[in-house]
Order: sequence, then C-alpha cells, then structure tokens
Amino acid sequence: MANHSRFTPGILKKARWHIQDNQVTPESVFKARRHIVKAMGLGAIGASISGYVQAGLFDLFGEQPQTSFITTPLTFEANARFGQDEVRTPFDKVTTHNNFYEFGTSKQDPSDNAQQYKVEPWQLRIEGEVERPITLDYQDLTKLFPLEERIYRLRCVEAWSMVIPWVGFPLAALLKKVGVTSKGKYVAFETAFDPEQMPGQKSRLMGGGIHYPYVEGLTIAEAMNELTLMSVGLYGKTLPPQNGAPIRLVVPWKYGFKSIKSIVRIRVMDKQPPTSWNQLAPHEYGFYANVNPAVDHPRWSQASERRIGEGGLFSAQRIDTLPFNGYSEFVASLYEGMDLRQFY
Amino acid sequence: MFNITALRVSPKQLLWVKLVFHLIGLIPITWLVFTVLSSRAGGDPVQHIIHFTGIGALNALLTTLLISPIAKRFKLGWLMQTRRLVGLYVFAYATLHIVAFFSLDLLFAWGLFLSEVAKRPYILVGAVAYVIVSALAFTSFKILMRKMGRRWQTLHNGVYLVAILAPIHFYWSVKSEIVEPSLYILGFSLLLAWRLPIWQKMRTSRLAMAAKDKQ
Repeated sequence: MANHSRFTPGILKKARWHIQDNQVTPESVFKARRHIVKAMGLGAIGASISGYVQAGLFDLFGEQPQTSFITTPLTFEANARFGQDEVRTPFDKVTTHNNFYEFGTSKQDPSDNAQQYKVEPWQLRIEGEVERPITLDYQDLTKLFPLEERIYRLRCVEAWSMVIPWVGFPLAALLKKVGVTSKGKYVAFETAFDPEQMPGQKSRLMGGGIHYPYVEGLTIAEAMNELTLMSVGLYGKTLPPQNGAPIRLVVPWKYGFKSIKSIVRIRVMDKQPPTSWNQLAPHEYGFYANVNPAVDHPRWSQASERRIGEGGLFSAQRIDTLPFNGYSEFVASLYEGMDLRQFY
Repeated sequence: MFNITALRVSPKQLLWVKLVFHLIGLIPITWLVFTVLSSRAGGDPVQHIIHFTGIGALNALLTTLLISPIAKRFKLGWLMQTRRLVGLYVFAYATLHIVAFFSLDLLFAWGLFLSEVAKRPYILVGAVAYVIVSALAFTSFKILMRKMGRRWQTLHNGVYLVAILAPIHFYWSVKSEIVEPSLYILGFSLLLAWRLPIWQKMRTSRLAMAAKDKQ
C-alpha cells in the first residue's frame, strides 16, 4: 500500500496523557522499592544520626517510613463543574511532594515523617462570631455533609503546580451550619500543635523557623465562595497525613500555603487574623496570596509555572500562570476595586 | 606520641589520597542518582536535586578552603596538591546545580533563565560566583598557571569572593529555614577570618613568643 500515513482518520486516538494499565506501577511495587532502601540498612544509618542533624547538613540519610498510613475509601459524588478535563498529577507525586513544615522542610520529609501520625480521635472546633459554636469529631468530618469530588489546580508560590482530585464539602456549608453573626468578617484557621508527633514543631532546624501552630485566614466572602473546600480526601480515599489529614482547607485561586492542613480550630472573627507566612515575611507573602502572574515574588517569577504531570523528570511542562489560577469567573468579583499589587 | 607533622607521603601514596578525595566527591552524586531512581527523593525530586547539588558545591568549597590552613598548621605540604582536585569538584557540583535548575525546573526556557538571573538578586549573586568558579576551573591547567605567572594567583584569589557570595546566595534563596545557611555563613566567615592579615600577624608573633620562651 502506497499510503504512508500512519494515522487513519476515524480511529479513536487516545489522549496524550492516557497511560496503559501495564505502565502503571502497582502500589505493591511502589512500596517495595522503599523496602529495598530500608533493607539495605540505610534507615539504620539514618536513625543513628540525631533528628536535628538529619534535617539539615546531612539530609543524605533521612529516616525511612516505618509503616504506611492507612487511608480508607470515601463515598462521594463527582462535581462535574470543576476540572474534569484536566490531566491529574498522579497519586504518588501528590503524596510525596509536600510542603508541610511540621514534618520537615524538604519536599519528601512529610511523606517520610508523617506516616505514624494519629488522626483519630480528632476534634475540630468552630467558634468565634457564630451563633452555634460546635466541635466536630473524627466521624463527623466525613459524615456531617455530603461529600463531593472536585478536580482543582494547585499552584505553589514556588512556581510549581499540580492537579488534584479532592474530596470534601464547601466551607460555606459548615459556616451556614454554625451561623455567622453580623460581626463575622474574617475566618481564622489553625493547624494542630503536637510537637511529639510533629518533629518540625519540636526542632527549629527541622521546622524552618515558623512560629507554630500554623495559622491562616480568609475574608468571610472568600470563605463563603463556592470554590472554597474543606477537604477530607484525595483520589477517592481519606487524606494521607502529609496532605493534611484528617481535614484541610483548599482555596484553589490562592497560592498553596493558604490551604492550611490538619485543622483543629476555625474561628470567625471581626478583624483580620494574623497568618503564618505573612508574619514571617510580610513583604513576600501577603494576606490574600491570590495567584497573580503580574506580581512576582521576590524570588520567583509568577508568570509561568512547572506543571507536575505523570511522567519522568523531564516530562513536566512549563505553562503560563493564569490570574486567580484560572478561576477568575468564580472569584474576580471578590476583589473588584482592589489594587492587587497592594493587596497581594 | 604520633607526630602528624612528621607525616610524609610518597608520590604513589599521594595518588591514593587523591583517589580517596575522588571517591568522596563522587559518592554523593551516586547516592543522588540512587535516591532519585528509588523515589527516595520524593515524587518530584527537582527541588531536591537542585538543593543537593548546591550543598555539594558549598561543601567542596569549604574543603578547598580548609586545605591550606590544615596543611600549614600540620606542615603537610603534599596536601596542597589536592586543592585543584577539590576545586574542580566545586565547579562540577555548581555546574550540576545550574544545569538542574535550567533543565528540570525551568525546562530549558532560555528567556526565563536570563530574566531570572537578571531580576533575582540571589540568583545573580550565585551566577557571579559561578562565573568566577568557571574562570578558576578553566585556568586550572598547570601550563596556563605557568603562562599566566603572577596574574594566575590574582585570578585565583577570586575564590575568596566566591566564599562570600556562595553562602549569601544560599541564605537568600531559602524561604524561612535559615539555620543551615547560617551555619555555612559562619563556617566560611571563620575560614576567611583565619586568612586576615591581623590574625596572621597574631599567629606569627605568638609563634615568635613561644620560640623565645623555649630559649
């Protein structure tokens, strides 16, 4: 046949990101690789160096994860409005590339150091300018509200990004349940404080010099926006601790550090709450931290980002960053009339 | 007691010493490849690789600056002959550091690379340090050393500028975890302070006094 065309019109072409089942590393193999490292005795060398030194100069020998945190499948409905067409960052990258300084400042530290973290029992207190303050127990987090899956883009201030299928419920549902009073203008969030379980809170070197507990905040309008999600899971299962188990915030139009993890307290306030990164370096991290390609961070251009996809080291893509991380239609109205260079 | 100053090495033994130095230089890179391939460096090891190679360059630089104080203190003349080798590892690690940043983080975006160097003071400081290190590496051949004469020494004093710029680059690059870069700043400051004329004078006068006491 003289036709050299390799592609016959009409035949279904698989999407570029579609990988065959046989290319997916089975979970057992993925975990076995870690066991090989452990079996070689490298973990023992790591354990003999004190945690203080380990996190820093000699981060060559980190401790190996002892066991894997057990996650359980969740019941939820997919919300088709958000990101169904996006290429998702694979589970193993979402769960091994984390900023969660409570467990160490290197990207792999949280997955290495958080596997023993106890999330049950858990209590989340909602208080402040609300009519009916409540405390949610571990079971309430997944049972009190119907859960939905939303595929959101996550943009880190360090100029990398992911696409993650979160499972959770809108923060607005929780705030409506407790009834915000007329004085409620802001919402403050607080991460668990437990130095025994969170080595970064115990050692300044390991925790990056942040004042713990980690705190974050939103305006009430931002908190009530339909995008703002309280997440209890990802990829259909409960959250691993490195991703903020048992419950975290997801604010997809803001830089990742706004999406506070492992929340124990939500306080509705009449004034703007302090936020951790803003306290640490106010000229670098504003209260709003909206994704904005026009406003550079002193150390990173925000005009583009490295999207972490499913392939190897060189497979990531450099893409243009969109205002509000591409969620303008949902949130731009919240900032009308504001100078976003001043309120960054 | 065993007297370290009496330690002499033959040319053959020096070769072995150099081999050990090469191993010390190469093992971390082997380790890095191993950790990345075994997912030990996280699902997206880009920042880990950049940080690791940067720290490697700093450690090699610290080592080069340690060699002459140690050689002088213990009168180990032969040790000075390992300095070029270690210095070339500074260049090798710094090159890997920049290649990793350009290829893995920026994904070969030339325009972005150039604008980032120009716009971010911490990157500019690192870039200046790298230009100096490259100049030292390219003029490290003995034949050039002979040809350049006195100018070679002037150029290679640039290592002291690198010892100031590189730790500043590190300190400036971190978000909040300043303890580790502070330790490097302290280490380099001590090594530079040791070379200040005032300390040199104090040491020589102390030695003279000690000699006088003996008489």
